[in-house]
Amino acid sequence: MAAVPRIIVVGGGLAGLSAVIKIAEAGGKVDLFSIVPVKRSHSVCAQGGINAAKDLKGEGDTVLKHFDDTVYGGDFLANQTPVKNMTAQGPAIIDLLDRMGVPFNRTAEGLLDFRRFGGTLYQRTAYAGATTGQQLLYALDEQVRRHESEGRVTKYEGWEFLSAVLDSAGVCRGICAMDLRSMEVRTFPADAIIICTGGNGAIFGKSTNSVVCTGSAQSALYQQGAAYANGEFIQVHPTAIPGEDKLRLMSESARGEGGRIWVPRKKNDPRPAKTIPEADRWYFLEEKYPKYGNLVPRDIATREIHQVVFDHDMGIDGQPMVYLDVSHIPREILEKKIEGILEIYEKFVGEDPHEVPMKIFPGVHYTMGGTWVDFNQMTQIPGVFAAGEADYSIHGANRLGANSLLSCIYGGFVAGPNAMTYAKNLPAQTGDGGHAAEKVRQMEFNNILLSNQGTENPFKLWRELGETMTRHATIVRYNKGLREADEKIVELLERYRNINLTDKSQWANTSFAFTRQLYNMLQLARVIVQGAEKHDESRGAHYKPDFPDRNDEQFLKTTMAKYDAGSDAPVLTYEEVDTQWIKPRPRVYTSS
Amino acid sequence: MAKKSAHIEKAKAYTGGTFKVSIKRQATPDAPSKTEVFDLPYRSGLNITSVLVDIAANPINASGAVTTAIAYDSNCLEEICGSCAMLINGKARMACSALVDTLLAENGKGEITLAPLSKFPVVRDLAVDRSVLFENLKAVQAWVPIDGSYDLGPGPKQFPQIQEQRYPLSNCISCTICMEVCPQFNDDTNFVGAATIAQALLFNMDPSGSVLKEERLRALAGDGGVQECGYAMNCVQACPKQLPLTQAISDMGRDVMIQQVKDFFTI
Repeated sequence: MAAVPRIIVVGGGLAGLSAVIKIAEAGGKVDLFSIVPVKRSHSVCAQGGINAAKDLKGEGDTVLKHFDDTVYGGDFLANQTPVKNMTAQGPAIIDLLDRMGVPFNRTAEGLLDFRRFGGTLYQRTAYAGATTGQQLLYALDEQVRRHESEGRVTKYEGWEFLSAVLDSAGVCRGICAMDLRSMEVRTFPADAIIICTGGNGAIFGKSTNSVVCTGSAQSALYQQGAAYANGEFIQVHPTAIPGEDKLRLMSESARGEGGRIWVPRKKNDPRPAKTIPEADRWYFLEEKYPKYGNLVPRDIATREIHQVVFDHDMGIDGQPMVYLDVSHIPREILEKKIEGILEIYEKFVGEDPHEVPMKIFPGVHYTMGGTWVDFNQMTQIPGVFAAGEADYSIHGANRLGANSLLSCIYGGFVAGPNAMTYAKNLPAQTGDGGHAAEKVRQMEFNNILLSNQGTENPFKLWRELGETMTRHATIVRYNKGLREADEKIVELLERYRNINLTDKSQWANTSFAFTRQLYNMLQLARVIVQGAEKHDESRGAHYKPDFPDRNDEQFLKTTMAKYDAGSDAPVLTYEEVDTQWIKPRPRVYTSS
Repeated sequence: MAKKSAHIEKAKAYTGGTFKVSIKRQATPDAPSKTEVFDLPYRSGLNITSVLVDIAANPINASGAVTTAIAYDSNCLEEICGSCAMLINGKARMACSALVDTLLAENGKGEITLAPLSKFPVVRDLAVDRSVLFENLKAVQAWVPIDGSYDLGPGPKQFPQIQEQRYPLSNCISCTICMEVCPQFNDDTNFVGAATIAQALLFNMDPSGSVLKEERLRALAGDGGVQECGYAMNCVQACPKQLPLTQAISDMGRDVMIQQVKDFFTI
C-alpha cells in the first residue's frame, strides 16, 4: 500500500464531510465525490435540531436515557452497541460543532439552549433556529474547505458514483464515476471508499427528500454483492406540506415549541379554523397520549393522522389534511426559534402560519434501512464503508427526531478512521485491480441506453413507480398490495428496456443521468416491497393491519437482502439483532 | 435581529387552460442561445421546478416538435440548498419558490420567461457555473480554525445577542443572486460580491473565528474588495433569505478601513 492511504468519500452531506475531516486530520488523502456542490447536499434540509444528553436543563438526563429512548423508539430492531456508542459521544459532538462556530440558540447565560423532541420526556435537542441541518452542514463544509485549501482534500463536485471497482478477489480498489457535464466515465483508484449518499425518498416519487436522494449508489453496491438491510423500514413523517413536486417538511420542532395537532370535532366544519372554539377542536394526539402528547414518535403520530383522515373521515374539508397549529404561540418566540420553517410554509402555501393553523399531512421522509455495515461501518464488500442515512444502523424500525444529524456525524467519525486503518493494512493490488473491466461494464450500460429506440419516457416510468410505492408501501401495508407493487416494478423494469432518450447528447445530459438512477431505484424498490411483504408483524414504521402486533420470537431480526443475478431479484435472509444491553419490552406511549 | 417575516400577496387566480413558458436555451458553453417556447397545461400549485419536470416527462415544444429536457440545477426544492437560481420573468430568483400563479399574475400575459443567470458562465440551458463563490470563500478563510475534531470540551460562552446577529448571516444559501443583481459585480471591478463579505463578517463575529479577523480584512481590502460596493442596494432587496447584506458590507467596510490605517503605521 502507498505511504499515504488514499480514501474516496462519496457524498458530501454531514456523514461524508465528517469522514473527510477525520481522514484529513489523520494525514490521509481524500477524494470527495458529490453530485451537487457539497454545500447543497440534502443534510441542509434538516430543521429541528440534534440530540445529545448534555442535561443543561437540570432534568437529570443521561446518555443512558438517550440510549434507551433511541432503542425503544426504534422498537428494538437496531443493534444496540452502535447506538450505545453514538449516544455516549453525543455531548462531545455537540461541543465540537459549537467550537466550529455553529450559531446554536443560546440561553441568557450564553450556554447552549435545548428543546424537547419526539419520543423523549427530556429537553435534549440543541438547535439553530429551525435550520439546524443547514448550520451543521455549513460548519463541516467550512472545515473541509479549509482542508481543501491546504491540499489534503480534492473535491469532485458534479460527479456521480456509478459503482465500486472490485479486484479478482472481490476487494474494493476504487470507484467508477461519471462527470455530469462531459458525461465522461472514469475510474478512480482508492484503498478504501466510504459511501455517504443519504436516503432513497425519490423511489416514492414525492417525499420530503431532495432530488439527489435516489438510493442509486446503495442500489449499485447491492447489485455488486453488498447486503442491503431493513429495506422495508421507511419513515413517513407526520407533518409535511403537500405539494405538486415534493412534500415539504414541517419540522417536529413546531410541536417541540408547543405546536398542536387537531381537526374540527364536527366533520367538514365550514368555519375558518381560527373561529372554531377550543371545545369544538379534537386534539387527538393529546387526548390519547396524555404524557407525550403531540410529541409521540413519528410512526405513531403518522398512523393516528392517517386513521383520523381515512378511518374517521375527519380530514379538513374532507381532504387528507389536519391542522398543525402554532398560531397561539407568541410571535417573538416563533421568530427566534422556528422562523425558518414558518417562512417555507408562507412562501409555498401563501398563508401566514403565525395567524392561521397550517394544513399538513404525512410524507415519506427517512430511510431507516440501508447498506448493511458491521460495527466498524464496513459493508460486506472489503474496503467499502458506509455511513449516515445510507447505512442501516442506529434507528431500527423508527428514527427519533433529531437523532439523524447525530447518527450522520457519528457514522462518519467511525467510518473515516476505520477506513484509514483498513487501508494501511491492505495488500497491494495485482494487475489493474479491475479498473478497466469496470469501466467497460459501465460504458456498455450507457451505450445500450443511448442506442435504445423504444417508446418509454423515464420520467413517466418514475411517476408510476412513485405512485405504486406510495400506495402500497408506506403507512399501512397489506400483503396483496405489496405483491401487486412488486409485479408493477417488474413490469417497469421490463419497460425500462424500452426507454427512448430524446436527448442523446454528451454534454450535461441530466435526463440521461436520471435514467441511470432510475434503474437502480427500480432494483431497490423490489428490496423494499419484498422485505415488507415477508415481514408479517407490525414494528415501528412497518404496520400491517393483518398482523397488528410485534412478534419478537419470529421477527426480532435484521432483514438482509442480497442480489441474485440469476433471477435478477433479491434473496432475503435474517440476522440476529444485538440486544445485549437493553432487554426488549413492549413499546407503549399511551401511559409510560 | 429577528428577521421580518416575508409578506406574500395572494395572486389572482389564473383562469386559462394552458400557459406559455419561453426558455432561453444553450446546448453547450460555446453554442449560441435560442429561445424555445412550450405550451403547458395549467394546474394550481405549480412552481417553476415542477414545470421543468413536466417538460422532461413530455418534451414537446409549442410547435409540436420533440425536443430535449431542460438542463437546470435543483436539489432541495424548498429554497434552502441554493441550487435553482435563475432569471424568471427577467428577475433573479429561486425556481422552486417561484409559483406559477404568482408569475402569471405578475406580467398579466399568461406567459413566463426563463433564462440562466447572466453573470456566470452557462453550462447548459439554465445551469450555470457558480464556483467563483466557493473560491471567494477560501480567499476570506470563512471558517473557524479549530485545533482538531477530537473532544476538547465546550466552546466559549456566547450571549444570545451575538447569536442573533450571527444566525441571519449564517442563513446564506450561496445562491449568488446578490452577485447577479449587483451592478458592481463584473469583470472590470472583480468585486467579490455581498455573499462573501457577509460570510467574512460572520466569522469575524465568532469568538474563536475572530483569530483570523485581520487576515480576512486584508483579503477584502484593495481591488475587488469591499470598497467596490456602490451601495445600489439591489442585493439586499433580491436576497431570498433576507440577509442584512448592506449592513454587513457597511460594517466590514469600516473594519477594513481601520485595518488599513493600522497596517499603514505598523508594516
